[in-house]
Amino acid sequence: MDRDRPPLRAARAAAAALPALFLALFFAYPLATILERGLWEDGLPLDLLGSRSTLEIVWFTVWQAAASTALTLLLGLPLAWVIARFAFSGRALVRSLVLVPFVLPTTVVAAAFLAVLPAGAERGIGPILAAHVFFNVAVVVRVVGSWWGRIEGGVWEAAATLGAGPVRRFTAVTLPLLRPALGAAASLVFLFSFTSFGVILILGGPTRPTLETEIYNQAARLFDLQAAAGLSLLQLTAIALVLAVAGRLERRAGVVVAVAPEGEILRRPRGAERVVVPAVLLSFGLALALPPLALVERSLSTPTGYGLDLFRLLGEETAALLVPPWHAVVNSLLFAGAATALALLVGGLAAAAIARSGALWLDTLVMLPLGASAVMLGFGFVLAFDDPPLDLRGSPWLVPVAQALVAAPFVVRIVAPALRAIDESLREAAAVLGASPARVWREIDAPIVLRALGVAAGFAFAISLGEFGATVFIAQSDWPTVPVAIFRFLGRPGAVNAGLAAALGVVLMALTVATVLVADRVTSVRRGAL
Amino acid sequence: MTLRVDAVSVSLGGADVLDRVELDVGESERLAVLGPSGSGKSTLLRTIAGLVRPAAGRVLLGGEDITGVPPHRRGIGLMHQEGALFLHHDVAGNVAFGLGVAGVPRAERERRTHELLDLVGLPGFEARLIGELSGGERQRVGLARALAPRPRVLLLDEPLGSLDRPLRERLVQELDELFERLRLTVVHVTHDVAEAFAIGNRVALMRAGRIVQQGAPDDLWARPASEWSAAFLGQTNVREVDGRRVVIRPEAVRLAAGDDGVVLSAQRRGPAVSLRVQLDTGEVLESVTTVLQPPAAGQRVRVEIDPAGVADLAPR
Repeated sequence: MDRDRPPLRAARAAAAALPALFLALFFAYPLATILERGLWEDGLPLDLLGSRSTLEIVWFTVWQAAASTALTLLLGLPLAWVIARFAFSGRALVRSLVLVPFVLPTTVVAAAFLAVLPAGAERGIGPILAAHVFFNVAVVVRVVGSWWGRIEGGVWEAAATLGAGPVRRFTAVTLPLLRPALGAAASLVFLFSFTSFGVILILGGPTRPTLETEIYNQAARLFDLQAAAGLSLLQLTAIALVLAVAGRLERRAGVVVAVAPEGEILRRPRGAERVVVPAVLLSFGLALALPPLALVERSLSTPTGYGLDLFRLLGEETAALLVPPWHAVVNSLLFAGAATALALLVGGLAAAAIARSGALWLDTLVMLPLGASAVMLGFGFVLAFDDPPLDLRGSPWLVPVAQALVAAPFVVRIVAPALRAIDESLREAAAVLGASPARVWREIDAPIVLRALGVAAGFAFAISLGEFGATVFIAQSDWPTVPVAIFRFLGRPGAVNAGLAAALGVVLMALTVATVLVADRVTSVRRGAL
Repeated sequence: MTLRVDAVSVSLGGADVLDRVELDVGESERLAVLGPSGSGKSTLLRTIAGLVRPAAGRVLLGGEDITGVPPHRRGIGLMHQEGALFLHHDVAGNVAFGLGVAGVPRAERERRTHELLDLVGLPGFEARLIGELSGGERQRVGLARALAPRPRVLLLDEPLGSLDRPLRERLVQELDELFERLRLTVVHVTHDVAEAFAIGNRVALMRAGRIVQQGAPDDLWARPASEWSAAFLGQTNVREVDGRRVVIRPEAVRLAAGDDGVVLSAQRRGPAVSLRVQLDTGEVLESVTTVLQPPAAGQRVRVEIDPAGVADLAPR
């Protein structure tokens, strides 16, 4: 703005520089360290990268992601349709509940699927695909549903009077109109499944490695840092490729088809829909509720019926952890609190700079940690901050820093649109009515900013609570978080270990759901992303 | 193709929207359904198209009962108010949609699309995107699309409602001439009296889910059946004569130099001037004249009433 005085401009530059500096140090530097290690120091492990087992890993990574995407779209479409087009009581609640699986920590979902699937069938490709669908149905419902809900109903009627039956209307009208949304949802689900870590590590077992789990395997179990660095490069290339293809799809499908404002064309089901709509809602309700319920059931199971024995055991020493399991709960809350504060600071400043000046470079920079995988981030931390000049080994700060990196993109995605939405004419009106700049900020900006920050804080906290891929690399063994503790318990045989994992899973699930629902309900601001 | 609506009742969300509606549309006849918003005229159209299931009654097309036939098997064309064009197709893709569904070969499809775009005044528009079109062009594409599969009956749902007045008046004229040339059976729904009179050979006046009067435009204008009909058509000169209620058409109220009352306002509307005159009895009458220099507001005038312009009203 032209009325900016030099000191103000300097302060603004500093505010934009801080997030950039943070990302350079804690994101770019660790990645650069991986590159350096993989490419120059030890040389590319070409024999490993070209080996048959690596090819098999790449192949499995790609096809499980493709299969997860196809299944999620196929199964998610009926639910997206029902929620987008029909008025029924409890619709808003259903819309919120569908989001719950998406925010559940991966380790909790994996533990839940172990609890719900029959013994002997709980590991393998089937459970992996089922868990990925469970997670990502929300993506289809929100991304595709919001498009579907805006298509003006006249186009189907027009198609009908032009002779198109129900099938033809779906293939010749609905699908083409939804294509951009389908592409966007498919890209997201593919990316999430491609970089899926906790689910595959736990449900896949040792015989089903993907690039992501193999990086962890090589680095953390076999201590072959060169192999891990080489695989990371492969993973980075693959992700860049996926993002490039997704971006290309998005550009090509840039037709605006949304005509009606969302929610304006909801109608009550009629005819056969009166059976189909409840049937869809009921079957999805059951399918999505079953794994969490099974987890709760397992956590309450004792040899002598139901009780709270397992939760009592959380206070006692175990063989799997160096500390009593309840420490993990405290650690998680502390780390997540610190990570949320950091993410709000970094993401909030970045959002302010982006909203004010449209700083595209900063926008892209902040989003990058989403593209790179969490495992790679954790591995990069291990490599980069292990020796001088930055020997942060043993520093408890590394965990919240890594979690903040994962959460910051969400903060930006929530806060920046809210800032941009503040109407300049409102500010001017207030100023003309005699409000001082401080008063203008308090009356106009503050309520909107605070609400957006509240939602962002909720999401950042939930994401940090459940973060697993990076945390499992860098958490000290006497400072485990809940996801790490769940993973350790699930890695050990015996019903008690499985039960303790379930009990911790229930605690983490309750914390996560409570956080998100509070953030979603208390602050009824419209979110930009998802 | 003849169309018959036989005692059709529709209720939506518990409310009766159509109440035993009876309509007959003859071969190549053009029926305009005229009524205020909420009178059920759109629902009537959607019932004929098969988009709404009637609670009672039948719809017959060419004598055949089609009440249970789904919309895509009726062969009835519908043109929407907002066009409802397919934004994922270009103009040609929209016009040819119904032909593609019917399995018409590609060459024939292209020929017919070309022919229809010529017909609606959009020659060469095949490759245009819908987003690039003006409101009037969109409605022309919608018309071409509805006509392409040669529907047995064409339904138009307020097709010009979203357009500005000059464009609407021009399109009304074009539609009138086009329908005349194609000898189509048409049901045209509108709330605009001038549009209904221009398009319809016959006009059915609708109120609260019932047809309250129908007839040729001239007959309707000459003899509105009730005070409500008269008011809706724009005739407000109602007075009591010998215990009967009558309506005096505005063009039958003639003004001359004299001393019966005073002109309240005079507004030119194209070739005609519309005046409101207050008689010394206090009564206000509306008058329409085509003279070039009518009396101005404030001027005192003599009022003569042509007895041919007075019609009896049924008690409301």
